[in-house]
Amino acid sequence: MSENIKTVADATCTFCGCVCDDIVLSVDMDTHQITKSQNACVLGKAWFKEHSIEERPAALIAGRPATTEEGVEEAAQILAKARYPIIYGLSDTTCEAQRVAVSIADMIGGIVDTTTSVCHGPTGMAFQGIGESTASLGEVRNRADLVIFWGGNPAEAHPRLFTRYAVTPKGMYVPNGRKDRTIVLVDVRRTQSTPVADIFLQVKPRTDFEVLWALRALVKGLKVDESIEERTGVSLAVLEDLANRMKTCRFGVIFFGMGITMNRGRHFNAGALLALGTDLNQFTHFVVAPARGHGNVSGADNVVSWQTGFPFGVNFNRGYPRFNPGEWTTVDVLCRGEADAAMIIASDPASNFPKAAIEHLKRIPVITLDPKTTVTSTLARVAFTTATYGINVPGTVYRMDNVPISLRPAFESPYPSDQQILTAIRERVSALLGGNRLPVNTAPTAAAS
Amino acid sequence: MAERMTLIGGRSSKQGTALCVGKLGAEYIQISSTVEMNVEDMARLGLSNDSRVRLRTPVGEVILRCKGRETKDLPSGILFMAYGPFSSELMAGDTAASGMPLSKNLDVEVEPVLEEAQPQGATP
Repeated sequence: MSENIKTVADATCTFCGCVCDDIVLSVDMDTHQITKSQNACVLGKAWFKEHSIEERPAALIAGRPATTEEGVEEAAQILAKARYPIIYGLSDTTCEAQRVAVSIADMIGGIVDTTTSVCHGPTGMAFQGIGESTASLGEVRNRADLVIFWGGNPAEAHPRLFTRYAVTPKGMYVPNGRKDRTIVLVDVRRTQSTPVADIFLQVKPRTDFEVLWALRALVKGLKVDESIEERTGVSLAVLEDLANRMKTCRFGVIFFGMGITMNRGRHFNAGALLALGTDLNQFTHFVVAPARGHGNVSGADNVVSWQTGFPFGVNFNRGYPRFNPGEWTTVDVLCRGEADAAMIIASDPASNFPKAAIEHLKRIPVITLDPKTTVTSTLARVAFTTATYGINVPGTVYRMDNVPISLRPAFESPYPSDQQILTAIRERVSALLGGNRLPVNTAPTAAAS
Repeated sequence: MAERMTLIGGRSSKQGTALCVGKLGAEYIQISSTVEMNVEDMARLGLSNDSRVRLRTPVGEVILRCKGRETKDLPSGILFMAYGPFSSELMAGDTAASGMPLSKNLDVEVEPVLEEAQPQGATP
């Protein structure tokens, strides 16, 4: 190890939605390696350790090394020619880059969608139907005396959610930390999170909605039949006890995960949770919050919302934004074989989308922006190597509670940021199209003249 | 003989650290090509740790390695695997007009395969 060590205090980890901003990094400036990441969890340590500078071409075009400028030209040509392009990903990049991506979608009359659509997209739909009661993680830390984790495994997905905010820390109104809190976990299986809980409800698969609806009834004082146990695996007595705890706590919070949204019922499950939260606010203060996965997926929701009015799955084909999950969300557009080009930013759909969607990605020109080689980048027509946000790139990200946090980079990368590449693509596409593409239904035709 | 079970896709911390190294790396492929199964189910099917097992849905099938979990941790009839290219093979594209494909609680057929068959993604 060299003597040239730089310390970065209050660095921000962007691996998960906790966006911990109290990391102390030791950076070997000769080798561009982060040698130590104090305060980081196991995921954060891996994130910092494994994002050094890799020797890769700035871009690959059809698998051949190319410059960034050549990649920009090729990408711009693809996007300018496409009639139904889709821009997807965006949850692992800065808000500044997300903003440029939305403007490109607007310019080319395409779709902009984010990983939210296969994450908490159903939650976003439920927000629109039910609403939400929010709190910052700081409020949870200082006030929550009943914390419920539903359909998630924070010990493995958000390790510091326990230690920094929701389980062990001492807070203003929970001065004894863990001793002042009751922790409940609801899941279909025991996980590494289970030992943390005082109460574990092991529900049968596909019965979250039924359990939630039974809890809503009990909170309202309605009768629930004992057969609920046969249906859901949870006895009436346990549900009554939980309903009573929820009504009598001082500050309750439910964090929920993919067990709610990736499950049968999707937005109905999320809606049932939010409705339960609404019910409980007649008795006490209660918050229901999605535990967000990627480092800036909340930022993606915010940026796409403030620019288009909708959180994800936005279509600009008519020259103005339209939102319709199932129609303009990426999985659907790809599975139906509709998109004729795709730009994937900081995401790897080819390793987690349904098979039919991946098959269509193989048929169309794909552009990727990623610091790493991914399954998606290997099938891309143009694959850019980018600097890593938070480690090499400054900017803004949103924590899972929608609190914006500034990034403090550790060292410079020889590769450009997503924002730089996207800005260059936007400028070139604008030149090729002569500004925004005219919407299909308003473009002049030969017959009209 | 094939049995019907319920497959849950999800995250794990090992998967999380492995993806930082790289999704094309051996560790990530190993983790995402392993399915956790109740030990009693495994015994009934004649499987042991690292046995090969075929999972099939109406849209695709994969051959994975088995890893046993005690009944208290993973109920009989439930399988768990980390998201990745192999779980994608089993996912249907229908999102029920939500944008979200189902990747939890998938109905799968499970059957042991001959030892000669390699799990998908296995390095030669």
